[in-house]
Amino acid sequence: MIDLIDVSKSYGKGLPAVNHVNLHVDKGEFVFVVGSSGSGKSTLIKLLMKELDCTSGQLIVSGERLEKMKHRRVARYRRKLGVVFQDFRLLKDRNVYENVAFAQRVIGRPTKVIRKRVPEVLQEVGLAEKYKSFPDELSGGEQQRVALARALVNRPDILLADEPTGNLDPKTSEEIMKLLEQINEKGTTVVVVTHNKEIVNAMKKRVLTMHDGVIISDEKEGGYHEA
Amino acid sequence: MRPSTIWYTLKQGIINIKRNWMFSLASILTMAACIFLVGVFYSLVTNVDNIAHKVEQEVPVTVFFDEGTTQEQMEEVGNLIQARPEVERIEFESAEQAWENFKDQYFQGSDAANGFRDDNPLVNSANYHVYLNQIEKQTELVSYIQGLEHVREVNQSEKAANTLGNFNKLVSYASMIIIAILLIISIFLISNTVSVGIAVRKEEIGIMKYIGATDGFVRAPFLLEGMVLGLIGAAIPLTVLYFLYNTTVEYILTRFNVLTGVVDFIPVWKVYQTLLPMGLALGIGIGLIGSFLTSRKHLRV
Repeated sequence: MIDLIDVSKSYGKGLPAVNHVNLHVDKGEFVFVVGSSGSGKSTLIKLLMKELDCTSGQLIVSGERLEKMKHRRVARYRRKLGVVFQDFRLLKDRNVYENVAFAQRVIGRPTKVIRKRVPEVLQEVGLAEKYKSFPDELSGGEQQRVALARALVNRPDILLADEPTGNLDPKTSEEIMKLLEQINEKGTTVVVVTHNKEIVNAMKKRVLTMHDGVIISDEKEGGYHEA
Repeated sequence: MRPSTIWYTLKQGIINIKRNWMFSLASILTMAACIFLVGVFYSLVTNVDNIAHKVEQEVPVTVFFDEGTTQEQMEEVGNLIQARPEVERIEFESAEQAWENFKDQYFQGSDAANGFRDDNPLVNSANYHVYLNQIEKQTELVSYIQGLEHVREVNQSEKAANTLGNFNKLVSYASMIIIAILLIISIFLISNTVSVGIAVRKEEIGIMKYIGATDGFVRAPFLLEGMVLGLIGAAIPLTVLYFLYNTTVEYILTRFNVLTGVVDFIPVWKVYQTLLPMGLALGIGIGLIGSFLTSRKHLRV
């Protein structure tokens, strides 16, 4: 599903943010990416989202060669991804239903399909009752669920989550992680960038540890390592 | 494009305009001023052109020949004049016709002319009446004809022709400069309005791009915003000018009634046959250019 072959990304003359990284993630895998600030985790996610172009190497995601991809193809590629951020990035002037429907609207899904699919996915994340609420009326955990619903509504191949529990308390973080696990069990490949030691240790998933742009450890049922 | 997408684009375009109504208003007003001036100058130029055209048709250049010029030589000169691109048509008037016309005009049937019965006083007055299709070229044509062999004298309505021609040129140049400046300001203001709209919706645009919206989908509401601003900016002055035109024509004809019958104003519907599509296209076009330039610059995520 994800293949990185000798991928590097430099911003300037200094040390590359991602330095000759090789990685293979299978379809349906759940992967944590951990490491201290500046270790290259976020750059890695941005490369996968095609927000950044790699300086060298090959990046193959869901059958697409990202390093060769033209700008006009990026939109279509991103429809294969679901993305969740630490700060939720919801539209404050729209309610829960509209925030989720928005993801379908921008890719031109007909209204009939939207009306069927949005309640389904809201049910999946446990927010069916709150479809009329606005983001400011929801707790952090609930807002992240809306963001998750929005990421899932188009049935992506891969879910990329950049610090999804960064703004949440431990209990809510655990709930969100359980939800991610459920999503993964239904077949979606999940890549989670996190600092959350407890959760990583508890979930016993594959863990990639990054330091100075390099993957220093890759463990199947790993734990959180300080670099 | 799906109906839901079209509806979304329309809704977002209108929301953008409402959100930045101050900028939108400034854009509309500048655009309106620009198109108003386009309309005023266009009306003025077409009317002056119309009057000038009448003068061209009604006041010919008259060419007289040297004594003893034969009919063939005159025809030769006639052919040379006719070949000029600025000449619409030429009419030959023989010495006899000239005398007949003179008599009709000045003696009006009185016997006083009988004294010349067998002796045409205008014996050397065979001439060509030359009608032009481009009044500004009259001086050039006259000096050309004066240089031709056998030509004795050229009479022309130079003053009227030159005044109208020059006036039209002056109005055209002045209007082109003013309109060009206003067009640039309009494009700048529309582009500025749209960029404010983009700044306000930066977060939303970012989310759209992450979700997989195409550039076209993200850009469409902003392009629509520019076009709507342009359309409103064109519709207002065109409506005002429609009524103003009739009022002005009426005022001129009442105030200077000496002009009635001399000056023919073009009816407003005839002016609007060109001005309306031109004004609307200009408004929408400027709106589109302004918003396209900005959206292309800011929407690459």
